[in-house]
Amino acid sequence: MHRIVANRRLSPNVIRLDVEAPRIAEIRQAGQFVIVRRGPKAERIPLTIADADAAAGTIALVIQAVGKSTRELTALQPGESIQDISGPLGMPTELIEKGRAVCVGGGVGTAVVHPIAQSLHKRGVHVTSVIGGRAKEWVIFEQELRQLGDVVVCTDDGSYGRKGFVTDATKDLLTAGGIDIVYAVGPVPMMRAVSNLTRPFGVHTIVSLNPVMVDGTGMCGGCRVEVGGKTKFACVDGPEFDGHLVDFDLLADRLSTYRIQEKAALDHPDGTCRVGL
Amino acid sequence: MSNKISAKERMRIERQSMPEQDATARAKNFQEVNLGFTEQLALLEAQRCIQCKEAKCIAGCPVMVNIPRFIQCIVDGDLPAAARSLLGDNALPAITGRVCPQETQCEAQCIRGVKGKPVAIGYLERYVADWAYRQANGVAGDAPTAPTGKKVAVVGAGPAGLTAAGELVKAGHSVTVYEALHQPGGVLVYGIPEFRLPKQIVDAEVRRLQDAGVQIECNVVIGRTYTLPELRERYHAIFIANGAGLPVFMHVPGENLKGVYAANEYLTRINLMEAYAFPSAGTPVMVGKRVAVVGGGNVAMDAARTAQRLGAERVTIVYRRLRADMPARAEEVHHAEQEGIQFEELAAPVAVLGNEQKWVTGLRCQRMELGEPDASGRRRPVPIEGSEFEVECDVVVVAIGTRANPLLTATCPELKLSRHGHIEVDSHGMTNLPGVFAGGDIVRGAATVILAMGDGKQAAQSINAYLKTKPV
Repeated sequence: MHRIVANRRLSPNVIRLDVEAPRIAEIRQAGQFVIVRRGPKAERIPLTIADADAAAGTIALVIQAVGKSTRELTALQPGESIQDISGPLGMPTELIEKGRAVCVGGGVGTAVVHPIAQSLHKRGVHVTSVIGGRAKEWVIFEQELRQLGDVVVCTDDGSYGRKGFVTDATKDLLTAGGIDIVYAVGPVPMMRAVSNLTRPFGVHTIVSLNPVMVDGTGMCGGCRVEVGGKTKFACVDGPEFDGHLVDFDLLADRLSTYRIQEKAALDHPDGTCRVGL
Repeated sequence: MSNKISAKERMRIERQSMPEQDATARAKNFQEVNLGFTEQLALLEAQRCIQCKEAKCIAGCPVMVNIPRFIQCIVDGDLPAAARSLLGDNALPAITGRVCPQETQCEAQCIRGVKGKPVAIGYLERYVADWAYRQANGVAGDAPTAPTGKKVAVVGAGPAGLTAAGELVKAGHSVTVYEALHQPGGVLVYGIPEFRLPKQIVDAEVRRLQDAGVQIECNVVIGRTYTLPELRERYHAIFIANGAGLPVFMHVPGENLKGVYAANEYLTRINLMEAYAFPSAGTPVMVGKRVAVVGGGNVAMDAARTAQRLGAERVTIVYRRLRADMPARAEEVHHAEQEGIQFEELAAPVAVLGNEQKWVTGLRCQRMELGEPDASGRRRPVPIEGSEFEVECDVVVVAIGTRANPLLTATCPELKLSRHGHIEVDSHGMTNLPGVFAGGDIVRGAATVILAMGDGKQAAQSINAYLKTKPV
């Protein structure tokens, strides 16, 4: 059992849960994730470790409430528990030793770039974070990232920071030059756009993939993605890959596998959060 | 009541059939297919055993169960003695009685099989094990051994790990089992379906081990949460039995379309995650109207019969050799046939076909003919030119085996592996690292529950011997 110690709303549908998981808090590295199962009959869902406090023995999970399982998780209050947390899983982020890095975060993906920026900053790499959301209230992790370097905030409607997409700001940074690596985490179209953007500049780009997963240990093969024409399992070979080699169309398509079932689950009377109620 | 009968009478008794659920009814439910022997059937079957002085059946059993001894106890009407005898030899008899390929092991050696049908050893084993589970106070086992003060870690709570843990705790060691998933049982819970092995049987076995003092820690992935070198610092000995969970795909075009599953994923979603109860259980699965299952092993049969039970209209097993060559247990193939599973023999997939939205629409196969025998002694299937045909389907389940999962071994480069990534062990089950033993599928590649259990039992004995040489 893993007790929830804090539940904070970061944006209209994104919640940060701080959860007791001492061993994972102690050894996790940037880029790694956990598989969470709330309780009996619940789904196993992969969640990137957004932050950890080894002394307190807690990890931070940043969850976007989109389906039945994520809504149930984000509803958990301090004192309540998550039954199963397995990890840390996946390969740690490939970090550069020195130079300049751009960390691009879109929506909830901003929470995933946070530990990457943390690790880079610790090594003395200069970090510029480019983060964005639809409008001001959707921007998350801005303060945390400001501790680690420069931050460029973009909003689609211009209600905060620079008006436009994170790709526009990233392009300006690339054009200005001197960028050694780009880390991009967010919705599939955003990661694809950033990867397409960096390619002509020849800047190495790492993206974090979020395919459907079950066990997270390489056993089921459900999370297979294509990278450089080869099938990889995101749970053990990734979840981070070279963005210039990822087949984003396949990823986006496979992510739609259970869309009908997911909607049915939300509409089902057993669902805790019924649409329209 | 005297159960004494003459030799002539004994030889006249025919092998008793296992009572089973009607095929039409069971193809729609997940209840167990085999219903188990009644007392009368068990007695008749037990009387067929001629109590060979040098019983070959024992040597046919990977865990060397003293078969004639427990069968004689049934004949004598002494089920407590039968249970003590059986449980002393085999830690998980209710499981092996259900899933062992007896026809290639103990029953293949039975002398009565020479001129007729062998004694139904598996059915009798199950009968005794199920009787033992119904006893509220359990079956008195051996007196507990004094604690040795030695700590042993077991990696993986599947058949090999659980068997080893049971034996090690019996020997007085402190035993902790680390399981990567959220529930112990390994393939017994994620792989083998309810209709073949009810989960309550696995749960009961696990509880019995826990009652005996085995600690089980779930959600611990060795290779990630802890590395093997870390375990070596904390434990006097380690048994690695993490299975061979890395699915093999066909490497044909279209394999990443929506609707293509590795059998591991399909079965895990349904068995472990209870996707059959979606949406009251959280994990979905694509059920499929027409399901093609590729492969001829037990896993293929399990996947096909599961799809049928979930309501698929037509389920086809695609296999590149003949039905008689299938590595699955004979009973599973027979049950699948009875339940209406279609068999496409001598067929090998060449592509998965999909529509514009990338959903599976079919499986393109090539007809095979049998050529010269290969390394396995079976005739090698050879493709026939221009023989391609399509199996219409919306779900494809790939059940052509698994490879060694490198998650653990990658964190311990000193550990000696075979060319295929399996852990190499000596005749005692020990790896090249002192005190580190291994068994089950991570050593053998995809094998059977009973062979894994045999490894677990042997490793426990070797660990006992090894620990005797070590100070506390």
